[in-house]
Amino acid sequence: MNILPELQPALADLTERFEGRIEAVHAPRPNEVYFHAQMELVPGFCAQLYKKWNGRLVSLFADDARAFAGQPSHPSEEHPPLAPRTTPPAPIPGAFHIYYVFALDAAHGFFILRVPVSPAQPEFISLTNALPAVNWQEREIQDMFGLKLEGHPNPRRCALHDDWPEVCPLRKDFDLHTVLPPFTGERHKFREVEGEGVFQVPVGPVHAGIIEPGHFLFSVAGEPVLYLQIRLFYTHKGTEKLFENMPVTHGVRLAESISGDSSFAHATAFCHAVERAANVEAPPRARALRTVCLELERVYNHIADIGAIATDVAFVVANANAMRLKERVLRLNEQLTGHRLLRGMAALGGVRFDWGAGQIEAIRQCVAWLRPEFESLVRLIRESSSTRDRLETTGILKPQTARDLGVVGVAGRASGIDHDLRRDFPHAAYDRVSFTVPVYQEGDVLRRLQVRIDEVQGALSIIEQMAVNLPAGPTRVNVPTPPANRVALGYVEGWRGEIFHWIRTAADGRLARCKIKDPSLQNWPALSEAILGNIIPDFPVVNKSFNLSYSGTDR
Amino acid sequence: MFDIIRKSLATGIVTTDYPQTPAEVASQARGWPEIDFVKWRDARPAVAACPTGALACVDGGGTRTVKLDLAKCTFCGLCAEADTAIRMTNACELAARRKEDLLTTARYALGPAGAQGKLVATQRSPLATQPSNLDSIGTELKARIAKVLGRSLHIREVDAGSCNGCEIEIVGLNSPVYDIERFGIHFVASPRHADMLLVTGPVSRNMELALRKTYDATPDPRLVVAVGACGCSGGIFGQNYASLGGVDKVIPVDVYIPGCPPNPHALLHGILMAIGRLPEK
Ligand code: SF4
Repeated sequence: MNILPELQPALADLTERFEGRIEAVHAPRPNEVYFHAQMELVPGFCAQLYKKWNGRLVSLFADDARAFAGQPSHPSEEHPPLAPRTTPPAPIPGAFHIYYVFALDAAHGFFILRVPVSPAQPEFISLTNALPAVNWQEREIQDMFGLKLEGHPNPRRCALHDDWPEVCPLRKDFDLHTVLPPFTGERHKFREVEGEGVFQVPVGPVHAGIIEPGHFLFSVAGEPVLYLQIRLFYTHKGTEKLFENMPVTHGVRLAESISGDSSFAHATAFCHAVERAANVEAPPRARALRTVCLELERVYNHIADIGAIATDVAFVVANANAMRLKERVLRLNEQLTGHRLLRGMAALGGVRFDWGAGQIEAIRQCVAWLRPEFESLVRLIRESSSTRDRLETTGILKPQTARDLGVVGVAGRASGIDHDLRRDFPHAAYDRVSFTVPVYQEGDVLRRLQVRIDEVQGALSIIEQMAVNLPAGPTRVNVPTPPANRVALGYVEGWRGEIFHWIRTAADGRLARCKIKDPSLQNWPALSEAILGNIIPDFPVVNKSFNLSYSGTDR
Repeated sequence: MFDIIRKSLATGIVTTDYPQTPAEVASQARGWPEIDFVKWRDARPAVAACPTGALACVDGGGTRTVKLDLAKCTFCGLCAEADTAIRMTNACELAARRKEDLLTTARYALGPAGAQGKLVATQRSPLATQPSNLDSIGTELKARIAKVLGRSLHIREVDAGSCNGCEIEIVGLNSPVYDIERFGIHFVASPRHADMLLVTGPVSRNMELALRKTYDATPDPRLVVAVGACGCSGGIFGQNYASLGGVDKVIPVDVYIPGCPPNPHALLHGILMAIGRLPEK
């Protein structure tokens, strides 16, 4: 398989610089290159990619590959190593693997570093001090696999709460259906914040609004927030483990329930990963239909958020109008896919339902109706100076902080992070439509609102471009069951930001691992930064302007 | 200010008359799967296609018992794709007071090579045919609660582990299109102010305690409505090391609203059923 030409310089640089220390390089796909090495290479490899190639670590996860003792590497024979092997591949004992996925946005490719962790010495090096963005992801590996973090500034439990027994749910020898004893362990101790007039305000996990559960602990001096501790994973429901316990086709439906507001995006990212593992591509018409559905998901969620942001500054009329528009889109979704949240539409190898002339006309009519209605909603909000007052300079996330935390998606683009997988890693049919990626530097609530407004307008244009020019042909191709131990990365720019699904196939047509990366996981810590110095009454609107998924984070 | 008034006047009234008028769903919408039990030859392909286990069969003693559990069903339609004896309806008003009412069972004599022989018996769920009937057990008590809470109801929504899909539709009840306040029903911020808990999720282990505490904080008389396939039964997540399953595993449930998620009509239907305010059909 040929590596993307744009990736060649970085590949050459890494292989030269780390000569003798990179054990193998495989490229199962032109934009997905795997490097196998030992743990000690991680910090240097990472630094080189960040400094020289503008890479960013977009996902970090572990995989229990202890059962594969004796096999030097996977994917093995199918993809012969590209770089000269410096040492003959000695059979290594079965190990855990840790994967570091780097996106090289400018070169449109992913470099994935895989290192083994011996079961005899279950430890791995923390990168958090240099890269705060990986803090939670590293701790999740520690919790779910029982691999100990070395050099982490705050290696406490994160994904499994403190009162959980000592279990490692993502190890292969842990059964999905294990019935755990009632929690008896010590409950979480939050950090104390002290000082004259400082007090703490706990909120959650059950919130006042109709939203998901999580716990926020505010430390305040008077009104301004000094420190916000966020405790999540209340909705953890064993989703990644569950993927390993069902046929791949059923996994598509489970992927729809990772985060309900991103049903189609998550399911499509999952299908993308499986299709890539099987070396098939969805046909052009399917990719076009996927694009329309992804944009419909963007439209209804962004409109809902625009309304909710207005509500949180007491502009309820704007919200009533936004909800009316959202309802119209949900009804269109139902006409197109049989489901208001687009569930049931995603399928391996394409999409499940084709659209007739009547449905395409329904899309056209909905867009024609929505455009002036949306403009009128935007005008309503824009012309309300009191609304603008509440939103501008509220909840600022500075571009430098956003970069350090690796913030992505809407929140990133409002803070100067110019990334969008639709443009940088075209998937579905995004290579066939024109759109611009809105980027602002101010990073306040107003700009996160503005990014959404721009993206709704962009989405309507994309939907229109697609609908007038749908390619003919099938909407689905057969996806043969990939052989065991294929690895593949699927990706989609959901409405909230970039979604990654990484899979390793098992022998029986199932999955040995499915790693889900929702953009929320990446963005939560940014909320703690954005709220600093703001007053508690502004927390709802700041929180809403990020609108992160709890379920997508907790899984 | 004048712009706002002008816009509101120009928009007019957008609120549905439901439940006086039928639910407004597209013809393409997928509701519950209807099975032609007499024509059904072999349940196994459809059972294999079902991602949630809502459709299940066991063979034994020369018979096959097939179960369709709408408490688990996500209305994905994959069973209907696998078997022509199954048809997806677009009926969404499926709420039930008893979980058994969501279960349909059929028994077949087992033919050669696992094909189904004669249909021996079916026990159909009474839903869709008589949705507004109060069951006999506790009717009086339920009627009294309906009398106390029926005219003005305060709901506290509790997400006990959902994927947030149910929340999207529940939020829709506050939209001008469904406008739940026209029934004197509104959502409140604290369980202490609530008459009803509207609970979604499979209950995650991490939310079990919070759900119990919320229930305890809700004054009597109180109603609990379990929302969605996950709230009714655990849905596609079922029971595992991190998920306890349906809401009734943790607190008593008065009404179950199936769906994944139930649409706002289905939610209204279930909530009105819980307080005995469905119009007589
Ligand atoms: S509609 Fe889907 S979930 Fe329901 S029984 Fe059929 S296959 Fe199972």
